[in-house]
Amino acid sequence: MNAIMARLVVTRVAVSLLTLWIVSILVFGATELLPGDVAEAVLGQAATPDAVAGLRAALHLDQPGWLRYLIWLGGLLHGDPGRSLVNHLPVAQLIGNRLPNSLLLAALTAAFSVPLALTIGITAAVKRGSLYDRTTSLFAVAVVSVPEFLVATLAVLIFAVKLHWLPALSSVRDVHSVEQLLRSFAMPVVSLSFVVMAQMARMSRAALIGTLDSSYVEIARLKGARPARVVLRHALPNALGPIVNAVALSLSFLLGGVIIIETIFNYPGLAKLMVDAVSTRDMPVVQACAMIFCAAYLLLTTLADIAAILSNPRLRTR
Amino acid sequence: MSGAVASMRWRLPLIGALGAVVLVFWLAVAVLAPWIAPYPAGHVVDPDGLGPMSWAYPLGTDYLGRDMLSRVLLGARITVGVSLVATLLACLAGVTLALFAAARGGWLDAVLSRVLDALISVPSLLFGLVVVASLGASMGVLIGTAAVIYAPGAYRTARALAVNINALDFVTVARARGEGTFFIMREEILPNMLLPVLTDFGLRFVYVVLLLSGLSFLGLGIQPPYADWGSLVRENLEGLVDGSPAVIMPAIAIATLTIAVNLIIDNLPTRGGASHER
Repeated sequence: MNAIMARLVVTRVAVSLLTLWIVSILVFGATELLPGDVAEAVLGQAATPDAVAGLRAALHLDQPGWLRYLIWLGGLLHGDPGRSLVNHLPVAQLIGNRLPNSLLLAALTAAFSVPLALTIGITAAVKRGSLYDRTTSLFAVAVVSVPEFLVATLAVLIFAVKLHWLPALSSVRDVHSVEQLLRSFAMPVVSLSFVVMAQMARMSRAALIGTLDSSYVEIARLKGARPARVVLRHALPNALGPIVNAVALSLSFLLGGVIIIETIFNYPGLAKLMVDAVSTRDMPVVQACAMIFCAAYLLLTTLADIAAILSNPRLRTR
Repeated sequence: MSGAVASMRWRLPLIGALGAVVLVFWLAVAVLAPWIAPYPAGHVVDPDGLGPMSWAYPLGTDYLGRDMLSRVLLGARITVGVSLVATLLACLAGVTLALFAAARGGWLDAVLSRVLDALISVPSLLFGLVVVASLGASMGVLIGTAAVIYAPGAYRTARALAVNINALDFVTVARARGEGTFFIMREEILPNMLLPVLTDFGLRFVYVVLLLSGLSFLGLGIQPPYADWGSLVRENLEGLVDGSPAVIMPAIAIATLTIAVNLIIDNLPTRGGASHER
């Protein structure tokens, strides 16, 4: 890595951190939009003047907004995003219980969908224009343009209801063997993978086609290299950057998908925690979850951009 | 807008025309729903609920035993109407700001672009959830939220177009003539970017439909007694294990609408199926 690349990467990371900071202001600002007094809203029927005053002090509501923002941000950075307004448990504990489940779901989905999507994308690019290419492309467009919950409900309908291959509902608690693990995670992972794979296959196909069209690949063909060698040794290494970029960007679609999928399958993950907190208007939990999701999203998009920078040969030569 | 659509219709390839037919069908349903729905909104026709497709109830019945066909037709009104208003607001705000930024340039352009870029990097469903958590899910809040979420995207597309046009000779001439910023925005730049802006409008409409039905599906979007297609899927979800049409049909309705708009956009003369053949 040379100086130009290093500077670009550092700038990109700085922009992400700046964005994350702006996002934190937006997310905190959302509480300020709350109509009325949070303390009265929390106490509800039990809102005696003394109780309201006590809670206002406990929540720092008697301080100006910017100070509360700093207290909140400081707590967040120290791993203490406050207490839930509903059950008064520390938010860190609630999240700690759920985060591993969501990470497991995301990891299983990535492990399943990345190799499959890349295989589909690469083979479709190689056989461009064939019936196989057109079918997978059409399928990918269809999956991308419908809501995630349609993909999930159709997957349940086909694999669980009609074919009886997989159980419709998953329960993470009673998992004792690998087979049970596979069976209980199968439906959420399969549904989530469909959402992610369509994007990934489309983008990796486009990335490889760009390289296959270049003149050096044509030279390799003309000098008589075998088709497999042309793709694997000549074209693929140069398309690797765009493909890694595509993979990271597609995985960021996991976030939108995971919110829907965890709700459908009643999966005890972070997204379900957030959706439940939204319906009870438990703002500390909503804010903490939103920050985690935004940070994950920014991490993936930043990684995608860094992959694009590192793989740009024009930056490598100088 | 209708003039532009009419003049390009005969050039649309067959598959794009198919999309246009489906889109016009749903727009007509959205307008005519109360008159063509076989039963009124809350009318219970089948006490058992989640009934199969039959001649009397072509799309079956829902979890309370209401006619599903009527529910889907009436839901079209909410899904299409709310999304259309939100998209209009988003594009109006985005395009106006973009024209202003491009015509003025300088620090105003730089600040607007930075701030709106930060908004783009928040996942849309997440943004919607945070706003709904603090303001509740009234129809006005939903429309406003969707407009705020998608205005930056409209801004980014329109600004890229407007900056290019702004550099052309006839704009320089207009400036030299002494025309004001708003004249240049309206008379010189806007007419030359109308088709790409309309295309972008279509894309953003799809995003808004997906976002709103996603929120409704989570129970955090349109609230009863109103029901859009997302809420229809949610309330009948228990029918999924029996493969009831009540849960599948509204989902398919959303899919036909969004795929139709995508087909039209992909087959527009200017884009020439850009997304299929790179």
